[in-house]
Amino acid sequence: MGWAIALHGGAGDIPLSLPLESRQPREEALRRCLQIGVEALKAKKPSLDVVELVVRELENIPQFNAGKGSVLTNKGTVEMEASIMDGSTKNCGAVSGLKTVVNAVSLARLVMEKTPHVYLAFDGAEEFAKEQGIETADSSHFITAENVERLKQANEAHRVQLDYTQPLQNGSKEERPNANGDVQLGTVGCVSVDSYGNLAAATSTGGLVNKRVGRIGDSPIIGAGTYASELCAVSCTGKGEAILCATVARDVAAMMEFKGVPLEEAASYVIHECMPKGTAGLVAVSAAGEVAMPYNTTGMFRACATEDGYSEVAIWSAS
Amino acid sequence: MGWAIAVHGGAGDISRSLPHERRQPREEALRHCLQIGIKALQSNLSPLDVVELVVRELENIPHFNAGRGSVLTSKGTVEMEASIMDGNTMRCGAVSGLTTVLNAVSLARLVMEKTPHIYLAFDGAEQFAREQGVEIVDSSHFITPENVERLKLAKEANRVQIDYNAQPIQNDTKKEAPCANGDSQIGTVGCVAVDCHGNLASATSTGGLVNKMAGRIGDTPVIGAGTYANELCAVSATGKGESIIRGTVARDVAALMEFKGLSLKEAADCVVHERTPKGTVGLIAVSAAGEVAMPFNTTGMFRGCATEDGHLEVAIWSDAEI
Repeated sequence: MGWAIALHGGAGDIPLSLPLESRQPREEALRRCLQIGVEALKAKKPSLDVVELVVRELENIPQFNAGKGSVLTNKGTVEMEASIMDGSTKNCGAVSGLKTVVNAVSLARLVMEKTPHVYLAFDGAEEFAKEQGIETADSSHFITAENVERLKQANEAHRVQLDYTQPLQNGSKEERPNANGDVQLGTVGCVSVDSYGNLAAATSTGGLVNKRVGRIGDSPIIGAGTYASELCAVSCTGKGEAILCATVARDVAAMMEFKGVPLEEAASYVIHECMPKGTAGLVAVSAAGEVAMPYNTTGMFRACATEDGYSEVAIWSAS
Repeated sequence: MGWAIAVHGGAGDISRSLPHERRQPREEALRHCLQIGIKALQSNLSPLDVVELVVRELENIPHFNAGRGSVLTSKGTVEMEASIMDGNTMRCGAVSGLTTVLNAVSLARLVMEKTPHIYLAFDGAEQFAREQGVEIVDSSHFITPENVERLKLAKEANRVQIDYNAQPIQNDTKKEAPCANGDSQIGTVGCVAVDCHGNLASATSTGGLVNKMAGRIGDTPVIGAGTYANELCAVSATGKGESIIRGTVARDVAALMEFKGLSLKEAADCVVHERTPKGTVGLIAVSAAGEVAMPFNTTGMFRGCATEDGHLEVAIWSDAEI
């Protein structure tokens, strides 16, 4: 037993040749966010507080696709979404279509705690944010030069992309600097189990580069991108559409609950046997303090730590 | 084996003293929609086509809380949502926050078939609707006097309600406003179908909760909550959206069958009677083998079903009292 925490900064086609200047700040950031989470758990904070805290931190980091640094819609705007779930009570909150809210995950928590609802979106969500006095910023706060460039590329390539882009699919083998070096960012998420055995999960994102205005992915969908029960907590990343149809987060917990399989096996099965290759990754913890971080993409920015002293920050697989 | 189809017009606190003039048009409507679905299955239309067709029909009927007849937000507006899922391919489509689209379920299907996405909402969804040339009308088309009254009641009682709320208004007098007892009985609509080859599909559509906050999304467009279909079964849920989302109701029925080997009926009963708070949920489900289940833990659920072997039923309360 004991506490455990895992977090991610997105799964995708992260090339092994990722330059140091793209790799290092992200690893640093993951390490820092992990520390924040670990300290909170050591200070006996409940899981729900821990995951919100860590995801807020990840949202504020422009290198990841959430909050500041969110990828852009086909109109060059941001539409951010997030969800949070408390495994002990199954209470949950979700938001979509945010344009000015600095921390989507915190608004999701407010939906859960201050309204009779679970999910608010677009204008209604922004209005609620104003009523709650939560921190907002002008849209320009969230938009980074890298994302403007990503959108431009996606438009040129005429496609909607996971924020990790493979080299442009045209005849020439020419790889733009960005296509290979700087597209490595993604959805963020955190799961934890505290010293009392309470589990929680939270996920936040800007979505897909060049997505249609109004497009909702898996991150705010309970059971798809986020889920927590008394057995485990799960946060997913990857191709939102694939994760949605496959109700990934719920399936991990359902296999544990209905089939009695342990965390590692359930998580691995859902990712490796149920999901098309290159579409998904997840982080999960169990009530018993175990951690699983499977992915079927080239890599996944991730980090985890357990009370017995184990900790890891990684992008690709160990082997 | 053989085909099977089930439809619902919403679960909730439907008073057994529901007056005839409230009861009859809804039973008629269910019977009518069921017939449309049966004919479609007999003509070998795919279950995906069948559920869309039937839900379109239900959306057009003002007695049910979807399309025309949708309940109103706290601002007195409509925000309609729907989802559809094809059990064969696991492809799905969903929409939320629609104000002018006549048939939300059809737009959900277009999202599934004409975009790389699954779920579009609010302005983006309305824009997509215009690009696709689906039928749109002025918002006022969807608003009925009954729903304006329901909203007024809800505001007076200061609460958000499932569209069924037959509890008397919570003030001291025992006075029951006519609406509170007689006219609140409407709800989310849905349809599930399986053809004789075992292909399954599900679709759900709604206006949501009376007096909901603008921007509130319920279970209906959430895959795994209000709608789900795979190779084992197709499920459409109705009731208190928030509870259905928390309980991932539609997915759980299928998951119990898949991971625990339960039958359709066992799985559906388990989810409704053992895993979701009383008074919050009902669902309809069909299995690849042509079985039907329609459990609910509310007072009643407007529903109907038919199977190829000739069974046909339309009901509101439990079997003991049709």
